[in-house]
Amino acid sequence: MPIDRNAVDHVARLARLDLSEDERSRMQVELSAILDHAERIQALELDDLEPTSHPVPLRNMMRPDEVTPSLSQQEALANAPSEEDGRFKVPRIIEDA
Amino acid sequence: MSITDLHWMTAHELADLLAAGDVSSVDIAEAVIARTEDVEPKLDAFLTRTDDRLRADAKASDERRRNGETRSRFDGVPIGYKDVFVTKGIQSTSGSRILEGFIPPYDATVVDRGTAAGLPLHGKLNMDEFAMGSSGENSGFKVTRNPWDLERVPGGSSSGPAAAVAAGVVPWAWGTDTGGSVRQPAALTGVVGVKPTYGRISRFGMIAFASSLDQAGPFTRSVKDAAALIEIVAGGDRNDSTCLPESAPDLLSGIDAGIDGMRIGLIKEVENAEGIAPGVRSRVDEAYARLEKLGATLEEVSLPSFEHGISAYYLVAPAECSANLARFDGVRYGLRVDADDIVSMMSKTRDAGFGDEVKRRIMLGTYALSAGYYDAYYGKAQKVRTLIMRDLERAYESVDVIASPTAPTTAFRLGEKTDDPLAMYLNDVFTVPYPLAGNGAVSVPCGTSADDGLPVGLQLAAAALDEPTLFRAAYAFEQDLAWAGTPESRPSI
Repeated sequence: MPIDRNAVDHVARLARLDLSEDERSRMQVELSAILDHAERIQALELDDLEPTSHPVPLRNMMRPDEVTPSLSQQEALANAPSEEDGRFKVPRIIEDA
Repeated sequence: MSITDLHWMTAHELADLLAAGDVSSVDIAEAVIARTEDVEPKLDAFLTRTDDRLRADAKASDERRRNGETRSRFDGVPIGYKDVFVTKGIQSTSGSRILEGFIPPYDATVVDRGTAAGLPLHGKLNMDEFAMGSSGENSGFKVTRNPWDLERVPGGSSSGPAAAVAAGVVPWAWGTDTGGSVRQPAALTGVVGVKPTYGRISRFGMIAFASSLDQAGPFTRSVKDAAALIEIVAGGDRNDSTCLPESAPDLLSGIDAGIDGMRIGLIKEVENAEGIAPGVRSRVDEAYARLEKLGATLEEVSLPSFEHGISAYYLVAPAECSANLARFDGVRYGLRVDADDIVSMMSKTRDAGFGDEVKRRIMLGTYALSAGYYDAYYGKAQKVRTLIMRDLERAYESVDVIASPTAPTTAFRLGEKTDDPLAMYLNDVFTVPYPLAGNGAVSVPCGTSADDGLPVGLQLAAAALDEPTLFRAAYAFEQDLAWAGTPESRPSI
């Protein structure tokens, strides 16, 4: 199934990718080709099958609720592109009232 | 063997020399550093060299040995890590510009357990960005060459580990396999590569690509070395709830029991497939005959769902990657491209920091998970996964091991498939079904192709957690072929 330019723009926005015009054009062609190949599974009779999200049956892993050593605030912030007062700093999110 | 050949020795051979007092760990470290100096300008296998750390680790190992405090049989044998494993205090990028300069505050469990066994660290190795690729050409930094032919790819995504082990730069290295990223480059460079059963090895500190598929796997120049390395790191980990609590498997003790009476399945759909290079075909056919000569019985098995493996994989893996890579947003670590509002900052950061293939997969995965398409793509792909698991379960009722080529061709030329993502994906056709089912599989060298003199790999797979059978088969084959460890197995880089 070919995907149209609107779909590319929509998905790029969802994925937080500021793609260039050139990238968007290429992406439309390449994604269409890949999805076209994947289209083959649409013909399979799959209604009676359970989906597999994970290859091994998982159980919850419990541990005692105890305080154990963890990263210090300084270590956690060491790779931050921007920080202030011991916090990650980002552009303004909330508008002035 | 003279001291100049130290860099070609297996981990077991080095361990014996260390135990006998014939060499020190510092001798070994200097030998592999000298070898690295020789070939790395042509190979480009490393993203970060850690020569000082290697020397210090080796010196400490020698001290432990003198004091009778050796941590394991392999204490003092150096190891390399794909850059997907985080290493405390050492840059870890997963091959991506978005993580350039990232210095992790902790070690991955695989690294931690290697250190606990006394393995000196020999650098961080190149890879396709975030482990997405089959040639190594998607690295954000450099393109690793195949030591057998510098104009060809070493395979991917674990391009650096494969090239380094094949070129005698390090005796063993850790990679990761999501759809074939250990087995395919192992085949293309003539070394042993294993994807253990999902959950065998902790994923803690392995920068995530597709969490239900990712599994760490060793590159080695002998089957026994691979078994030993898995024994060192396998077993439960409180930091990874998907890591099976079973204790590490004992793979070495029964490895030489032979394969008399073993039932080996040949996949009807693979044997009849088009697109397998003649030189690969004939080597693999010889391998099947050799297994039969060793006492195994060959049986045809039918796995009709295998042909849908690529379709399912290239929906499931991108879907999981699109979620996993959401964390790279310019806030907590890695690149940031400044902008006035936060959505623009994140979107510009991600466009600048990710390479083409990673963006393609994020887009594909986001699309497959988006409203209106989820059932048709991701939901269907998950059901195909069930189908593949059922086919394999049925096959394992009649056979112990399933054999096939690891890859349809030998190493292809640099640039040959970079313009056609789908052609690149189809290279994974024989390797993707096993991670989708969570099964273990190994690629073991079966010599070189008569067409081009490049290595060919035989893939063996077994039911989940049946690594002992897998290693028994791989070892019997390796010993009878008697190729590994000979001059013919060493590329003349």
